[in-house]
Amino acid sequence: MKHTKYLLLAFLLLPLLFAGCADNRSHSNGVYLLIDTSGTYAQQITKARMIINYLLANLNAGDSLAVAKVESKSFSEKDIVAKVTFDRRPSYANQEKRAFNQKIEEFAKNVKGSAFTDITGGLIQAAEYLNEANPGNKTIIIFSDMQEELGKGTVRDFPIKLTGIRVMAVNVTKLSTDNIDPRRYLDRLSWWEKRVRDAGATDWMVINDLEHLDKVLGTK
Amino acid sequence: MNTLNSWLFWPDQVALSLLVLFILATLFLYAARMPAHNVIASLCNLASHAFRFASRWLLLTAEGLRQRNKVVLLAHGQAEVTSQIEREFERVTDLVRKELGEYPAVQRKMMDELTRIEEDYLKCGEVPPPPPEWVDALSSIANLKSGGDIAKKMLEDLQKSVQKIHDKTIGEYRRSYEGRHKILKGLMPVWRSVDKTTKQIDASMITLKSNAKTIDTHMGRYEEIRAKTDKSEHTLAISSFVQLGISLLVMLIAAGGAFINFKLIALPMSEMVGASDYITENLRTSDVAALVIVLMEASMGIFLLESMRITHLFPTIASMNDQLRKRVMWTALALLLILASIESSLALMRDMLIADKAAMLHDLATVAPVATDSLLTHIPMAGQMVMGFVLPFVLAFVAIPLEVVVYSLRTVIGVVLVMLMRGISFILRFIAMIFHRLSRILINVYDIAIVLPLLVERWVIGIRGDTKTGKTTDLKTKGA
Repeated sequence: MKHTKYLLLAFLLLPLLFAGCADNRSHSNGVYLLIDTSGTYAQQITKARMIINYLLANLNAGDSLAVAKVESKSFSEKDIVAKVTFDRRPSYANQEKRAFNQKIEEFAKNVKGSAFTDITGGLIQAAEYLNEANPGNKTIIIFSDMQEELGKGTVRDFPIKLTGIRVMAVNVTKLSTDNIDPRRYLDRLSWWEKRVRDAGATDWMVINDLEHLDKVLGTK
Repeated sequence: MNTLNSWLFWPDQVALSLLVLFILATLFLYAARMPAHNVIASLCNLASHAFRFASRWLLLTAEGLRQRNKVVLLAHGQAEVTSQIEREFERVTDLVRKELGEYPAVQRKMMDELTRIEEDYLKCGEVPPPPPEWVDALSSIANLKSGGDIAKKMLEDLQKSVQKIHDKTIGEYRRSYEGRHKILKGLMPVWRSVDKTTKQIDASMITLKSNAKTIDTHMGRYEEIRAKTDKSEHTLAISSFVQLGISLLVMLIAAGGAFINFKLIALPMSEMVGASDYITENLRTSDVAALVIVLMEASMGIFLLESMRITHLFPTIASMNDQLRKRVMWTALALLLILASIESSLALMRDMLIADKAAMLHDLATVAPVATDSLLTHIPMAGQMVMGFVLPFVLAFVAIPLEVVVYSLRTVIGVVLVMLMRGISFILRFIAMIFHRLSRILINVYDIAIVLPLLVERWVIGIRGDTKTGKTTDLKTKGA
């Protein structure tokens, strides 16, 4: 009887032991995609959909994904087109991916060009979302020409915080002025790299060839 | 350079300083020759003895281990041969009970058949035709002194009647032969029956003889093991190596099956326990859960075979009474069936999940999905389900090679350890010998370093010796 009692106790304590062994660190991915909708860049939405499709195909159950547009003033939840943290069960995650794709399709049909481009505001909003979701790997993808244009009264010249976040600039198209003087393009990218790294980002990457999207989730 | 300068008496005159240093060192080494020799000899002796001691200890330990291995190996071999002999005796008992147990009946049957054959054979015997009576009559007539016509008439009547009798006798004789042929024909099935019975007995006897030969072989092995001969030990050790190799090969194949099994249920398990939970850096909870299911199936298989007394890994199960053991057997079988059914369902779920993901990817690609033949998609699904159900039962049989591995691994490890210890012992012995020789080499090298003072010493001893010899010679001359 005494032995049975100890055996029962051992069985009860077994889950605690396993819980102790469990790795509590998050292994999920969190991706926040900023889509530039300013001026003529809005026409690039088809390419943005390619990136979204790639992410939907490769993100797993438990991962988080958010897509937001970069407008005149982007530090707002209203700019988030769709966001989701996929269910832990793969079948439910697939359903959520379908619903997410539906939202993006509707957004792509009705996208309108904005007057200004508030990339910094979008970055702050993205960092806020990712820090809340707290996935294991945090990634911000900026689908833009990286030419920030702020409206009157919009204040963004202050240090931002992107600690522990990878930042990628995708499809950074060359402006007509860049073609005249390529240094403008290179300087623009250097400036953003410095700004992002100073903000504490773990990595900065530029991907112009959409055939190399595998680098987006390369840390997995 | 500074280090060298610190050793020089006159740094400006390096050669002179070095010469003085050399002379001083030589003098010191010469003065310390005897103690230095002693130290070298002692150190080398110490090392040599230590290595020899270690070598000897290893040899003794290896021998002890070999003896222990031998005892275990022979005991295991004895148990194995005993069970084989018991099994052979059981076969013989079965054969005797089944085949020769009915021997009296068979014998009676054979005797009856033989009696019948004998009787029928006697009936078939050729009955000589009765002696013709007319021969006597003919003789009587022939003996008549006179008779004339009477005799002639009598002879003619006799001829008629003889012809008549002859025809009758021939007819009877033929009928008799016909009857005997019929009897002989009727004997054929009886002969066949006797032949069949004899062959059956013959076959039983051959099997019995073969069993007796096998028992003889086993008994020979048993006697060798009982005698604890090196040959039997060697044979058992080799047998263990072979069995281990075969069992490992089978287990490797089983591991391949287990891997396929694991792959079948790993994905659907993520549907049950979640895909984003990790136990370690790279180990998903769903993978561990799938692995646990596979291991549980293997465990149930082991218990099933154990309770069926095919394997003998757990003495507790082996020593259970039959009723309890059967309960364990049915429980293990039921659990195995449940696990196999679960796995089959998971295999189906896996197929559905993959199909769902493929459909989603088609949706994302915004191209029309490729039309699929329903039969083609159903065959892999059915295959997965069948594999999911069958693989647990296949895995159950891993208990047999596992048992062999458990028993033969001890022997193999023991033999390898003994060989390893002997090898190390040889190396240590070799090192000890080198140290033993090294003392002489080092002493000679030491003497080479102080060769000049030694030459002087020899020269001085030589002069002294000559002087002493001269003095002795003078004394001897004077004495003479």
